[in-house]
Amino acid sequence: MEQRVAIVDYGMCNLDSVRRAFEEVGARAYVTDEPAELGRADRIVLPGVGAFPNAMRNLRERGLDDALAKYVIDEAVPFLGVCLGMQLLAQVSHEVATSDGLGWLDAEVVRLQATAGDTRVPHIGWNEVDALPGSPLFAGIPPRADFYFVHSFHMVCRDAADVCATTPYCGGFTSAVASRNVFAVQFHPEKSQRHGLTLLRNFLEL
Amino acid sequence: MLKVRVIPTLLHKGFGLVKGVHFDSRRAVGSPMQAIKVYNLRNVDELVFLDVTATLEGRGPDLDLIDDLADDCFMPFAVGGGVSTVDDVRDLLAVGADKVVIGTAALERPSIVREASDRFGAQCVVVSIDTRRHDDGTPEVFVRSGTQGTGRDPVDVAREMEAAGAGELLVQSIDRDGVMDGYDVDTVRRIADAVSVPVVASGGAGIFEHMAEVLRDGCASAVAASAMFHFTEQTPMEAKQYLREQGFPVRI
Repeated sequence: MEQRVAIVDYGMCNLDSVRRAFEEVGARAYVTDEPAELGRADRIVLPGVGAFPNAMRNLRERGLDDALAKYVIDEAVPFLGVCLGMQLLAQVSHEVATSDGLGWLDAEVVRLQATAGDTRVPHIGWNEVDALPGSPLFAGIPPRADFYFVHSFHMVCRDAADVCATTPYCGGFTSAVASRNVFAVQFHPEKSQRHGLTLLRNFLEL
Repeated sequence: MLKVRVIPTLLHKGFGLVKGVHFDSRRAVGSPMQAIKVYNLRNVDELVFLDVTATLEGRGPDLDLIDDLADDCFMPFAVGGGVSTVDDVRDLLAVGADKVVIGTAALERPSIVREASDRFGAQCVVVSIDTRRHDDGTPEVFVRSGTQGTGRDPVDVAREMEAAGAGELLVQSIDRDGVMDGYDVDTVRRIADAVSVPVVASGGAGIFEHMAEVLRDGCASAVAASAMFHFTEQTPMEAKQYLREQGFPVRI
């Protein structure tokens, strides 16, 4: 059955590439900033590029924070956060100024700290993703496959059970999380070509 | 491990792609949509698309064109040329650019870099630093498609742009552009040593060894090339196979 995928528009980025990528894997994707429109989705995707405080303010102004909680937390619609859309699930972020996130995960968002070997921040480019064996999001994707990253901040989970993949940069960071019906990735599956499309297809098949 | 990136650069003028020498004498090399479709199939790491005459002609970015191209671009897409306001950055991101390259405007008004970085995040703000060497070897930063000197040293400009919020620097050599005799390794290295954001080297690639040189000796995070991919039989994938043999981490 063709899945209806709602892509949440809160004024933070290019949503067309996410929409196109979902269509490429056979979904009917639509971009919306209407809280009620999330109600007819089989899957909800929160993308995003940009600064955290702006993003939270935009979500709240449009009433999308409450709508997301209603459908994703209360009604358990499968959810995928991408990049900033992953970070927004944390309780708090330290980007620009310390600010509250959606708080769905016991986590905070901090800046990547350069190490002797990994000196460049932002982390831009292709890097490997070490997924836990059996993680449904990574089914059929080879171990340590490369995905495209472009970010300066990352999520630190206090509950290790939420972590489903890590990436070896700046001492290693959490690059994907999974908790019940909530999934999120720090990289950009919509720009990660073959493996990215496989991941989106897996999300549709959950 | 983070991979080094090999990035084809598409230079656009009027209705098609061009490639020149020293930022001048540009020849037509085809349609941008065709190029993007080919690079999709070839699984390239990233694409840079620059509208090379927009600023000189007083135009902003061609949003309709970028919108069309981005729709078919399943790889990271950096777009520049004619970006002069924060609204231009917003509009380009909205139609599908993943990163926006700011050149002349960043040099003339660094506040545009600060504002774009605060609003959209440093990771999508790329500043292009175009350099030319004088006869005595002293490098100088140029703006307006290489037509106007700034009297400034590339390292000073790089530091200023990083402090203003640039997330990546595209270091282009005007002297080496289109000549295919190697990157300006020294300028790339001086900039890479001075900043902590990634540096993309551009201008001068003719053979794969040039890429290895600027990655190894110039400490670049990525190599961009245009003439090499337009005018020779060499492909980005072959470049990465060569780099892998030389011990660089690449995505094959």
